[in-house]
Amino acid sequence: MEIFDIFLLEAVVNGILLGGLLALLSLGLNLIFGVIDVVWICYAELIMIGMYAVFVLHTQYGWPLLPAMAAGVGVVAALGAALHQFVIRPVLTAEPINQLLVTGGMLFLLQAAATLAFGIDFRNLGVRMTPIVVGEMSISAPRVIAFAAALAGVAATWLLLTRTYVGIAIRAISQDRAIMPLMGVNPNRVFVVTSALGGALAGLGACLLVLQYDIHPAIGLTFGPIVFLICVLGGLGNMLGGLVASFIFAQFISVGGFFLHIEWGYVIAFAFFIAVMFWRPQGILGAK
Amino acid sequence: MLAVSNLSAGYGSFQALFGVSLEVRAGEAVAVIGPNGAGKTTLLRAISKLIDASGGEITMEGTRLNELPAHEVIGRGIAHVPENRRLFSRLTVEENLRMGAFSSRKKFVERLRFVYGLFPRLEERRDQLAGTLSGGEQQMCAIARALMSGPKLLLLDEPSAGLAPVVVQSIFALVKRICAEGYTVLIVEQSVQQVLKVVDRAYLLETGRIRSSGAAAALAASGEIQRSYLGL
Repeated sequence: MEIFDIFLLEAVVNGILLGGLLALLSLGLNLIFGVIDVVWICYAELIMIGMYAVFVLHTQYGWPLLPAMAAGVGVVAALGAALHQFVIRPVLTAEPINQLLVTGGMLFLLQAAATLAFGIDFRNLGVRMTPIVVGEMSISAPRVIAFAAALAGVAATWLLLTRTYVGIAIRAISQDRAIMPLMGVNPNRVFVVTSALGGALAGLGACLLVLQYDIHPAIGLTFGPIVFLICVLGGLGNMLGGLVASFIFAQFISVGGFFLHIEWGYVIAFAFFIAVMFWRPQGILGAK
Repeated sequence: MLAVSNLSAGYGSFQALFGVSLEVRAGEAVAVIGPNGAGKTTLLRAISKLIDASGGEITMEGTRLNELPAHEVIGRGIAHVPENRRLFSRLTVEENLRMGAFSSRKKFVERLRFVYGLFPRLEERRDQLAGTLSGGEQQMCAIARALMSGPKLLLLDEPSAGLAPVVVQSIFALVKRICAEGYTVLIVEQSVQQVLKVVDRAYLLETGRIRSSGAAAALAASGEIQRSYLGL
């Protein structure tokens, strides 16, 4: 019985660690939607590109890991800004369905491009770390690092949004887009900055995922839907709601997977999601 | 300071302004009065470039504004307090003021001190969300936000709209103080009687055309205005 409790505790701890990572991933998507009012269906594919960027720089060009990761964040940030400027901006005032189709198209475009460039092989960084042992629990080091870095990313984003002119403008534009020019703010510029920031968060997510998972062109599909559902669960565009939902969802996956088979964790988590949608279609912290 | 000549503007195929000309000289307080739907708001929106003019010319201190993007108008010394105040309701009072100073950040501290001196009430509520202020305080905050850019010319769109009568009194007292501070003001209003007590000159706008203009006192005494707008 004592052993059992240790394993349960381990599952809870792993759930918290996973929750931190999911919180980071959902923050970027929520930020984009909350400010620009467009859902990046291809968000997870930006993360996939970031993972490949780190992989290629580290294993093929021999960059040390940290500079490769910093560059990976930069690559995805630039990709996010470009995505806005060249793909979203032309459809900014179009019907929501057209915006979804355009970003959905980008999903397949990025996937196909990655397949052409890197093939369909599973790649990995080959970084090995010894697990962290606390008492009788053994916790994977990359997960702890991912948790800490994700929280740091969330905190940095929070500071940016509350302490800087650009950050406050990002929050302001999400409330009233039309009068921003009266403040001397060029709305498109704020959108590009927001997209770059969303991209940077995806890039940071990529750096943390690449420590734990193999890379392949379709990896976005394994966590993209989860991140999207978490955003909806918390209230799409509501950053705080996304954080709360991330930790709830992660516990369902981790503890649910502990009591049953790991796949059951996902089944329970998605069932919970559907139940919440009946009860609060606007999400846990969503308005209306 | 501001000269509008033969301005036409509208929304899509709907034309709201037909060859409007007016002038605001430095240090003046000028009102544009007229009924609902006369094009008053459209006029201010055209001046601050939120909508494009389809004809005519707008100049500020001799330079043409027509081709300027909207977000650069504030750099020419024009600040616009929009209809319905349009505060960022989920930002604090001070964050709203910070947005007003977006284009002149280095002067933020100095201007914040000036604006808080003008409106001590806002300093008391600096960390409160703007959406939780009373109507009169929101109007105060909207005007303060515009002053944060250090404008030469202040455009005020219906500052009395939607406020209780007793609050309307205080808003007009406020406008008077703003004028006394040396700002040039162009104000659009439906509360004709009260605004004519505050401004130097006024234009009467009806269905997108200037019907008459003159000194505020003279307009207030004219039969046409008295019959149509003052209910006398």
